[in-house]
Amino acid sequence: MDELPIRAGDDVVRVRQQVRAVAGGAGMSLIDQTKVVTAASELARNTLVHGGGGAARIEQVTNARGKPGIRVSFADSGPGIPDVDLALTDGWTTGGGMGLGLSGARRLVDEFSLTTEAGAGTTVVMTKWAR
Amino acid sequence: MERVPILKIGSTLLVSIQVDLQDQSVQQLQEDVAERIAATGAKGVIIDITAVEIVDSFIGRMLSMIGSMSRLFDAQTVLVGMRPAVAITLVELGLTLDGVQTALNTEKGLRLLSGRS
Repeated sequence: MDELPIRAGDDVVRVRQQVRAVAGGAGMSLIDQTKVVTAASELARNTLVHGGGGAARIEQVTNARGKPGIRVSFADSGPGIPDVDLALTDGWTTGGGMGLGLSGARRLVDEFSLTTEAGAGTTVVMTKWAR
Repeated sequence: MERVPILKIGSTLLVSIQVDLQDQSVQQLQEDVAERIAATGAKGVIIDITAVEIVDSFIGRMLSMIGSMSRLFDAQTVLVGMRPAVAITLVELGLTLDGVQTALNTEKGLRLLSGRS
């Protein structure tokens, strides 16, 4: 398992590169690799911009039927998300963007979970399986 | 931070993105394109993303903004060379690149621009 810090813009680039390497190693198609790297980019940016920095843990996983995949978790100890349902809505934004980061990332992967606590931080875990 | 070079060919600016873009580099590119259009009076901007492996919502928004901003300087922006996997991901992400036209490759992009220069 790799743990990468997310403290600056070039850390987001490193997370993308490492996610691509692990997704490729899990035998994912180029399209699935691109989707999971894009989702990782969105979530790493959220960790940096909204969470005030944190870390990403990247691992190759295998499901019960022996299918390989990639799981990435992003953790920060930022302010947390007050309304998760709202934050996962297309078009909802606090950052002046288009509000597609979190909701878009969720669409691009197979499993997605978000835990957050006011004042304690946010953890997002996403998994994508090779097809 | 790596800076994306901007080449000028006739009345067209050519931007070929060859690095893994961090957010600051894309933001810088937006400013650089604006300054170059203002300084040169370029009528068209071609952004070649053949080497770009992912376009996420931030990078997509910046590309879109470069297009909208160029129009204010009476220049037209064409995005060329998008990889199929990037296109599929953009659609699933829900991103529409308003403000830019697209063409399959640089040659077709130049042809699109030549109608107006």
